Order: sequence, then structure tokens, then C-alpha cells
Amino acid sequence: MATNSTTMSQGPQMRVSAPASRIVPGASGIGFENVSVAYGDQVILDALTLTVKPGEIVALIGPSGSGKTTALRAVAGFVQPTAGRIIIGDRDVTRLPPYKRNIGMVVQNYALFPHMRVEDNVAFGLRARGASAEVIRERIPECLRLVGMTAYGKRYPRELSGGQQQRVAIARALAIRPQVLLLDEPLSALDAQIRRSMLDELAKLHRDLPSLTVLYVTHDQTEALTLADHIGIMRDGKLVAFGNAQSLYRHPPNRFAAEFLGRANILPARSLQSAEPGFACVRFGDTVLRGRNHHALPDGSDSLVCIRPHDLRLQPGGAGGNTLTGIVRAVQWQGDLHSVALEVQEQTLRLTCNPLSDPPAPGTELVVHFDPADVTLVPEHVAHG
Amino acid sequence: MADIAVAPSARAAHSPQRRYWIAPPLLVLVVLFFYPLALILREALVGEDHVLSLAHFASVLRSNQFLSGLYHTITIALSASTGCLVLGFIFSVIIAFIPFPGAKLIARVIDTFIALPTFLVALAFTFIYGSAGLLNQSLMHLMHLELPPLNFLYSQWGVILSEITVYTPFVMRPLLASFSLIDPSQIEVASSLGARPWRIVRRIILPAALPALIAGGSLCLLLTVNEFGIVLFIGAKDVITLPLLVYDKAIQEFDYTTACVIAVVNIALSLGLYAFYRMVIAYCGGRRAGMG
Repeated sequence: MATNSTTMSQGPQMRVSAPASRIVPGASGIGFENVSVAYGDQVILDALTLTVKPGEIVALIGPSGSGKTTALRAVAGFVQPTAGRIIIGDRDVTRLPPYKRNIGMVVQNYALFPHMRVEDNVAFGLRARGASAEVIRERIPECLRLVGMTAYGKRYPRELSGGQQQRVAIARALAIRPQVLLLDEPLSALDAQIRRSMLDELAKLHRDLPSLTVLYVTHDQTEALTLADHIGIMRDGKLVAFGNAQSLYRHPPNRFAAEFLGRANILPARSLQSAEPGFACVRFGDTVLRGRNHHALPDGSDSLVCIRPHDLRLQPGGAGGNTLTGIVRAVQWQGDLHSVALEVQEQTLRLTCNPLSDPPAPGTELVVHFDPADVTLVPEHVAHG
Repeated sequence: MADIAVAPSARAAHSPQRRYWIAPPLLVLVVLFFYPLALILREALVGEDHVLSLAHFASVLRSNQFLSGLYHTITIALSASTGCLVLGFIFSVIIAFIPFPGAKLIARVIDTFIALPTFLVALAFTFIYGSAGLLNQSLMHLMHLELPPLNFLYSQWGVILSEITVYTPFVMRPLLASFSLIDPSQIEVASSLGARPWRIVRRIILPAALPALIAGGSLCLLLTVNEFGIVLFIGAKDVITLPLLVYDKAIQEFDYTTACVIAVVNIALSLGLYAFYRMVIAYCGGRRAGMG
């Protein structure tokens, strides 16, 4: 029996004192097979194909109206696909009503039942499934202990803070031992400080319950990068990028993915020429830049140079590094870093660095350096995944 | 002029000039409401003998006619209110939680029933369920009968059915308002946890709607206890309620003392139910505020 705790500034901590296998008996994956959802002529989800492997956290991110919540609701059974299949474990659940899908769901506003005490909220799903009184008696403290809410069982939701209510919502979802856990923007209603600590705790929850499969929908890239094994980026009902979180961040497959997942400088480039294996040179105005040709773009093609603001340096690096010279347009001090906006060949380049003791003045010339390994060349047009 | 724009403080409300503003509304209330009520009470206590006595009360309250009237009033009010609650709850759940095209239109059409005079439904029912109504005529024609097979309209059941039809919107209005406050994601989460629709209605929707049900039910009870038009229009044999009894005694028999005694009982019953209704509203308002 493992007992872990994390340091938290506020509220109780999530703790594991029950073996993970008791909470999540068997891991199941989620499969979207060409799933489309449309209301009349309006296509909300367009032929989504995606696999969430057992025990994995996949985050779907995208702007409002991109279809990410619709995808999650289709798994839950609240939206009926107009085409395609949804698989949970080895079952085709496309036509099953929500109450037969064996999923746990946590939503943005917690959706706790206000007239029930915390322990009755947690027991709701068990009672709905006809669990015996003995099982319910055993499972309530087990799940409340898991989310660090043992002392709050007799309280009503209105007597809890937002973070505590969200913990109860998670305990309630886990109490039925779901095949998969669906999290629909679960931290959006919390303030920034609580959100950060809840994020740590969700990560810890998954470390403690490694067989729990999670589909996590958010518009917050930090949540996705912190928690997810894989990230899917959605736009206009389509999956425009999918991959390992780090790989997607380092080597975005398209402009939208680069700009949506973290901040990125995107510079238009021409005349791609292959260089050493995995690298290529491109022309940005009258400057030749070298970067990773991760997506194997053909010679002679136009492309976009993607470089993260924190990868730009004011000091020169090793030999063979890229260099650009621009005019400082704005300097912002943001507490733990400085943000400098440069104008380089009519393009804006943003650099972030540790706080500068002598920041450059607007209007002055500044030389920035960056490593070719930190540059990714991406195709000009969005490729739908 | 600036002080006009400022919200009146408690101090301003108690200023000497402002206290006289109580006179006009009080005068209207006294002339139009309290004085006539006082006259009714005086007539009930003094009677034609002009002697203060409870003898009239005692004899009227012991009479079979009064007891029968009271019995019918309470029976009809309770049955109709129960019917309104059941029907109103079912309709409201369907309109609020089962998406279908035209749900809002249906809710508004039902809502307009509140604006119609109550006897109109009784009149409409005579065209449908009356002896010469559509249903009886069709059944007589189909089954080759000489007499109308259905004659429930001119009984207590006809009154109850009419009152249910008229007063169900009074239950639906607060219910639909309370349903609109239920977070749809609560229902979705309950469903994802394995709850079937009936359990969701019982465990999630009904507890949330209970204050509205009690408020709507008490309002129905209050209105059906005092219902006059429907009972008079249907003219059911042997179905005399307290308001109808007051009418009979005062207008047809010119027995004003008895009419006033029954009226006093009717007023006491109504005020008691109204006090209950207000208590429920206050309690539910407090609970709702606590839930937020």
C-alpha cells in the first residue's frame, strides 16, 4: 500500500492508500474510428480517427468551437455520431446510452448534486449500479482518501471550496471504477493558484493510478503539456496535429500547432536545401538559416521557420549557429522574465530571457542567436491529421 | 433635485413628511377591503337579531349542508391539486429535459391558460364530454346507444378534471423556472455514472424541484378552494362547495347571516392556506439562497 503526498499551498492533498488495481481494475483504451458529428449542414466533428491507449492520458486542445468537447461528449454518449464508431476497451459503444458505457466524467463546473452530502455524491454511481451496501461502505472512504477529502464526507457541496468540489467530483467519477476517465476542462473554473496545485495533483493521481485511461479536454496548453502523454490539436472539427507531447512541442507539424501549443516565432522562408542529415537551410529574406527538417520537406520548397521565444539568445552560441539582427520595438518585464519584441526584415520576432539588468532600449539594434537544433521547418499549409 | 435620484435611506423613509404617504393606500384598503370584511364578520356574529352571539356559527357549522360543502371543497381542492402536481411535473419534465422541436412553443401555449377565465374550460368540456358532446355523440353512434355512456362531467370528477386543466399551468410555471436552474451537466454526469432516466428524475430532478412543487401545489390548493366559476358552470348534482354555498345562501335564499358565517370560514381557510404558501416560498427562497 503506497502512501504519497505532495506539498501544497492550499487545501487537503490527494493521497493514495489503496492499491491502484482496486480503483481501476482493468485498463481500457478509447478508439475514434472516422467519427463525425453534424447538426444539419454544420459539421462539428469531421472524421476523427484517434486512439487513446490503455493507461494513457491524451489531451485534446484547440480553440472554442474546434470540436474537442464534442469528441469527449461523443465518448460519453451525450452526442450521437452521424458517422463512425467509438470503441471503449473492446466494446463498440457508439449506440450505447451513457449509463451503459462505464465511464467516469468530471466537468468544468463540478456538477456535484447540491442536495446530497459529499459521501452521497461519491456513492451515487455505485447506488445507480446496484452495488451492495458493503461495497458502498468500503468504496466511499477509499475514494475520498484518494483525493484527500476523508474529513469532508458529511459536508454539502456548498460548504466546500472550488478545489475541494473538484476533488469530490474526481472521487465520484473514480468510485464506479470506470474503464476510462473523461475530464472536460476540469480546472477552468478554478483560480490560477488552485489550478496549478490541482494540476500537480492530477499528474500525481495518474502516477498513482497508472492504468487509468484519461481523455482530457482543455484549451489550456500548460495543462496539456503538464499532464498528457499525447496531445491532439483540433481546429474546425478536425484533428490537425497529434503526437507525443514533447515531440509536438519541439517539432510542430504545422503553423497552427506551433502557435497553439506554446508561443512560437514563425518566419516565412524560401528555397529549402538539404544540409547534413535531418537538417536543411532556408532563405529568410537575405539571411540563410539552418534548422531541423523534421518533416522531410523537399528541396526547393517554401516553408516556415519555427523558433520558440525562449530558444533565442542574446549571446552567441557555438559555431554554425543562426544569427538575426533586428530593431527592438518593445521590452516588457514580466517578473521572472523579460520579453523583447524585435522587428526583423518586416517580421516580428519575440524573445524571452531571464530578467535583464540592462534591457535594450526600443529603437536600438539587437543581434539574436539560436541553435539550428532548436529550429523546426514546418510546411506552409495545415496538414490535417 | 439630487436627493430624488439617491435611493431613500431608512432615515429618509421615516422623515415626518413621508409618513403621511401611508394614508392614501391605507384609505383604499380600508374602504375596499377591510370594511367589507368587517361587515361580513359583523353579520356573521350579530345576525338579524342584532345580538352578538356565536349561535349562528354553531348552528351553521353543525349543519349537514355546511359539512357537505366543506367536505366537497376540501376533496375537490386536494384531488385537483394532486392532479395538477402530477400532470404539471410530467409535462414540465418532458418540456424541460426531452429535447423536441416546439418545446418552447408548447410551454408558452400552456402558459397562456393562466390568462383565460376558468369557466371557459368547463364550457369547452361540455362540448367534448357533455351529454350532447362530441365524445358521447360519437360513442352513441358507434355503439348504437340511446343514452350517452359517459356522464362524469356533471359529477365531482368533472369539476376536478376542469380544475386540473385550468390550474396545471400554475404548477408548471414555477417548475419550469426551477428546472431551468438545474445544471444540465448534473444530469449528464448522473447518466455517465450509470443512472437511468427514472433514477435521474427521482434523485436529481425531483429534489431540485421540490420547493417549486410545494409552492405550486399550495397555490393550486388556494385557488381550487376558492374556485367558483367552474363549479357553478358544471352544475354537478350534489356537488356544493363553500363558495357556491355562500352564493346560494346570499343570492338565492337571501339568508345573509348564514352566507356570512360560511364566508368567514372560507376566508379563514384561504388565509391559512395563503400563510402556508408564503411560508413555503420563504423557506424555499432561503434554501435556494443557501444552495447557491
